[in-house]
Amino acid sequence: MTTDMMRMGSGAGFSSDRLGPAVDLAKQAELDWLVFETIGERTLAFGHRDRLANPSRGYNPQLAARMRGVLQPCRDQGTRIMTNMGVANVEAAAEVVISVARELGMKGLKVAAVLGDEVTDQLNDDTILFDYGGRTLGEVDRPLVGANAYLGIDAILPAVETGADVVITGRVADPSLFLAPIVNQFGWARDDWAKLGQGTLVGHLMECGMQITGGYFADPGRKHVPRPAECGYPIAAIDPDGGAEITKLETAGGMVNMATVKEQLMYEVHDPTRYLTPDVTADFSTARLNESGQDRVRVASAGGTERPKQLKVTVGFDGGLLGEAGVSYAGVNAAARARLAADILRQRFDDVPGMAGQYRVDLIGLNSVHGTAKPDAEGESQDVRVRAAMRSMDRDMIETMLWEVEAMLCCGPAGGGGYRGQITPGVVTHSTMIDRDAISPSVKVYEA
Amino acid sequence: MSRKVPLHDLAHARAGDKGNTSNISVWAYDPGDYPLIKDQLTPERIKAAFPKLITGDVVRYELDHLHGLNFVLGEALEGGVNTSLGLDSHGKSWSFLVLGLELDVPDNLT
Repeated sequence: MTTDMMRMGSGAGFSSDRLGPAVDLAKQAELDWLVFETIGERTLAFGHRDRLANPSRGYNPQLAARMRGVLQPCRDQGTRIMTNMGVANVEAAAEVVISVARELGMKGLKVAAVLGDEVTDQLNDDTILFDYGGRTLGEVDRPLVGANAYLGIDAILPAVETGADVVITGRVADPSLFLAPIVNQFGWARDDWAKLGQGTLVGHLMECGMQITGGYFADPGRKHVPRPAECGYPIAAIDPDGGAEITKLETAGGMVNMATVKEQLMYEVHDPTRYLTPDVTADFSTARLNESGQDRVRVASAGGTERPKQLKVTVGFDGGLLGEAGVSYAGVNAAARARLAADILRQRFDDVPGMAGQYRVDLIGLNSVHGTAKPDAEGESQDVRVRAAMRSMDRDMIETMLWEVEAMLCCGPAGGGGYRGQITPGVVTHSTMIDRDAISPSVKVYEA
Repeated sequence: MSRKVPLHDLAHARAGDKGNTSNISVWAYDPGDYPLIKDQLTPERIKAAFPKLITGDVVRYELDHLHGLNFVLGEALEGGVNTSLGLDSHGKSWSFLVLGLELDVPDNLT
């Protein structure tokens, strides 16, 4: 093990992120670690639903495809893989990685699974949900699908120390996926809050994949991104003190500069002096950024103070169904016909017992996405889509809504066309806190 | 004399979500414009611009050395990603609501 410097890459920043650029990193970036971060609050709850429907599922649906793409090049390059693609079924996910390794003839490949984030059994009706007005779990009138604590480096490090080729976890704090290998490499003390804060900043910048290399950034005429269809994932070259240079493959599209790094610095951050993780209370407000070359930004000087006493827990509930349906009006007088269609729909919906106040009707092309923010900002357009949406636990109610929208083809204003309707299952998540000593993480090692 | 300039001419921004809370970071392209942005783009201004959308408080954090402001908008995502009926239930596009606000730029500033 060297202590000079380490190189980490991101291979995914969300559950459906692209695979190709991750394979490019695995083949060309000479990484110590390639990290796939794929869990959000919703994807975790959907993982629980998948596992309830089929006990052998509940992990990231792209897990096998990703492993087929990167396992061999990572082994060739001496790159280890870190991922939370275990989602709500880490053991089944580990088995999937092993079976892909066998399929590829990679005998001896080791997978370490980090277990123990699921805390569903430790909650009860009196558990207080701090993001739900302090109400209790018992007051949520929905079936519970699962609850997971955010584990940190304490849980991940033992898996890293097994030397496994692939470390797979469920719910851990996203930056911890990067911080655990960094702490392992450089031997940082677990209470060196300043270094842990800086390492957490590196993880935070990297965890969203291309959001720091030109993704979620382009704004034509203002912010130009080169070869935006071929953006590369980021690479971090990290020093023993936690300072890092963020870059990308020279052959990849996209870019890394002060602007892309700044936007990611505050992404989903509230108070920059108190970014809470299981590992540290990180302080990003002191971070220094410098462009150190073409597509290279150095980040340093973030700090930190003692870690929070408790761990955050995401509690997932059945969210019922989301129904969405639309019909389009185009050409001369389209806006007036679409507005009339919306009025007709509202009248029809309000006549259905229980539907009043439960739906929303948008006029896409006139004012929809920002309709609540700017209710009076209605423009003119010759291409307008009337969209209705509604959530309910009652499938019949949702189907009635879809039927009413489809009926507009013959019963509504002139020239309506292009009906589409869909029903998708939803989840609702809330948050609570749990004491650290209420959880007992463990590691299970598998070999191909 | 001064003129109205869209914030979009002077700054870039990114929005993120946590539950029903949106955060929007705003970054001056030119450090020279940062004091003007900081002076005029107050949390009160943002809350007053979108009263139906933002039903909670707006808090501003300042990153002067990076010429950026981070706004945290409470109760501003129509319920949040799990309950909103809107098309953009993460509020990803809220950054462009803020960039559409106009600032008064004195004529002696370019």
